[in-house]
Amino acid sequence: MSAPRPPEGARPLGGKRREAPHRGDHTRRAPPPALPRFRAAIVFGALALAFGVLAARSLWLQGFAHAFLQEQGSARYSRELEVPAHRGRIVDRLGEPLAISTPVKSLWAFPAKLDASPPQRVKLAAVLETPASSLARKLDADEDFVFVARQLAPEVADRAMALGIAGLNEQHEYRRYYPAGETMSHILGFTGDRDVGQEGIELAQQEWLGGHPGSRRVIINRRGDVVEDVEAIRAPQAGRDLALAIDTRLQHIAFRELKAAVEANKAKAGGLVILDVRSGEILALANWPTFNPNARHGVARERMRNRALTDVFEPGSTLKPFTIAAALETGRVRPDSVIQTAPGTLTIGPATIHDAHVHGALTVEQVIQKSSNVGAAKIALSLPAETMWHTLSDAGFGAAPKTGFPGEVGGRLRPPKTWRPIEQATIAYGHGISVNLVQLARAYTVFATDGELKPATLLKTSGPVAGRPVLSPPTARAVRHMLELAVQPGGTAPKAQVPGYRVAGKTGTAHKLEGRAYTHKFVSSFVGLAPASAPQLVVAVMIDEPGAGQHYGGDVAAPVFSAVMGAALRMLAVPNDAAVDNVILPPPGSSVDEDT
Amino acid sequence: MLRLNVFLLAVLVVCGLSLVTSRHQARKLFVELERTQGEARAFETEYGQLQLEQSTWATPARVEKIARTSLGLELPPSSRVEMVPPGGAR
Repeated sequence: MSAPRPPEGARPLGGKRREAPHRGDHTRRAPPPALPRFRAAIVFGALALAFGVLAARSLWLQGFAHAFLQEQGSARYSRELEVPAHRGRIVDRLGEPLAISTPVKSLWAFPAKLDASPPQRVKLAAVLETPASSLARKLDADEDFVFVARQLAPEVADRAMALGIAGLNEQHEYRRYYPAGETMSHILGFTGDRDVGQEGIELAQQEWLGGHPGSRRVIINRRGDVVEDVEAIRAPQAGRDLALAIDTRLQHIAFRELKAAVEANKAKAGGLVILDVRSGEILALANWPTFNPNARHGVARERMRNRALTDVFEPGSTLKPFTIAAALETGRVRPDSVIQTAPGTLTIGPATIHDAHVHGALTVEQVIQKSSNVGAAKIALSLPAETMWHTLSDAGFGAAPKTGFPGEVGGRLRPPKTWRPIEQATIAYGHGISVNLVQLARAYTVFATDGELKPATLLKTSGPVAGRPVLSPPTARAVRHMLELAVQPGGTAPKAQVPGYRVAGKTGTAHKLEGRAYTHKFVSSFVGLAPASAPQLVVAVMIDEPGAGQHYGGDVAAPVFSAVMGAALRMLAVPNDAAVDNVILPPPGSSVDEDT
Repeated sequence: MLRLNVFLLAVLVVCGLSLVTSRHQARKLFVELERTQGEARAFETEYGQLQLEQSTWATPARVEKIARTSLGLELPPSSRVEMVPPGGAR
């Protein structure tokens, strides 16, 4: 501690020793004062303690608080950014977009921390195009968190943010738009707030459509710009596009005609399905009532139901061709076998089956053409229950059509062991069995092809799909011929004819079952195929509770079929197989009505 | 020895400077990349919006309405249709 003092005049860094000015060295020199030893010890001790504290502190920081400090440090310059991945588009079979996600912004705030001056509020209300009062309700709400405005166009949100209101924040989101609007809302469904499917195809194909946002770690500078990529934590995975089997043009035709028919008949609801015979693709599927998926706030769930797939009804006479087909397959009857339907009633046990008109002796062909309940019941009763059940089951009844649509139902087809004769007789003309519209349309593919049942699908397929053989080709052709007779004068549905094409089809008029009793409300339906010479399309129409005076399938549903089938065949440029003046309507008052 | 040291010092300085320059270059290029990627995203968004707009203008319902009302088009009744068989033979 007592280092020898350097001689006076010595320069600590002096390179060359200069002559110091003489001021009499010997006169200033004095012996160093003798300091008490303990003072040195105290200073040393104090310094050692201070050093020790520093060492301990640094040990603590390095060893124990390391993680925290590292985190704090990197928080100053590194950021984890989310890399957005948008949801895939849904397109129709021609590539027309049906659902597209586009970025939007939502504005939010903590009302307690929001500080907006009255002029700012007025400007904000103007930018958001909302009344100032409803904006004030949100800004002054007694809540922790409010959305000031949701899903705005990015430009609008930017203008709002440019007002510089303290405490107003923005959040990036995606919003899904559906250009086809109400015509296709039931098939597509919709997505929720976070662009996740909630209904319909959007829900069923969530895995395929949904994107997975990625994230990456970056270094930012003082201004917040990204200056360097450190690592990709998770690569973003964009959602994939999905092509549906739907043809937008046919969908429009189907929707337009269905809507017109439901309104003209003052009906409660309606459905319409167009199937491609070769591939089983659902080219159009329309429902009424409907809703606009772009503005669905406050729409009743009731309107959102895809009735054609999720609701069942008793098909009525549209089921008769399957009964006849089962009988033809056994060889017990032939198309020209004669069945006595007089006196127009058939009593089985306590129950009696009626025909709307007394027809007398009919051939099997005429049973379909005139839609005789008694005839169909008599034919059914000549068959073992198992045989009939097999044909119906093979045609897809009693099991969901497996289109991949969420909530689709399969209808009810009871096992044959439980059938009593009266049930077998009523099932023959479509009562005591329930189906959905897609299932019914699909079942008719066995008559449109030479006996093959095609799988119904909502997704686009590439080319024809092999079906499952259900009927022998001669039977399928024979029934197709009978169905052609049904739409000609003398049949139940001359109004189903289409200019320029041969069509075949069957009407249905079923009493509705409410509770355990049949009411005087009806479900009118028509299922048909065209061109009959080489069928390409199956169209099924269902009108629920027509209330404008007419209720027969031939009057209510058949004209819809005719309009839709005609327009669809022209739209698809299907070659004509008849002259354009082929439509022959019977004179008024001579039409044949069926009762189921 | 001294000369070697001076030489190594010079090399060190040059290396250091080149590191600084390349680092700077990398940052500049990265910023450029970021900007371009941002642009690409913006274009993608715009493409989606344009598609949306296009399909909204071209909805069959709108086309049909314009065809029927302002253009006065209609479907000819079958009495006014003459079919020409394939091959054009009369």
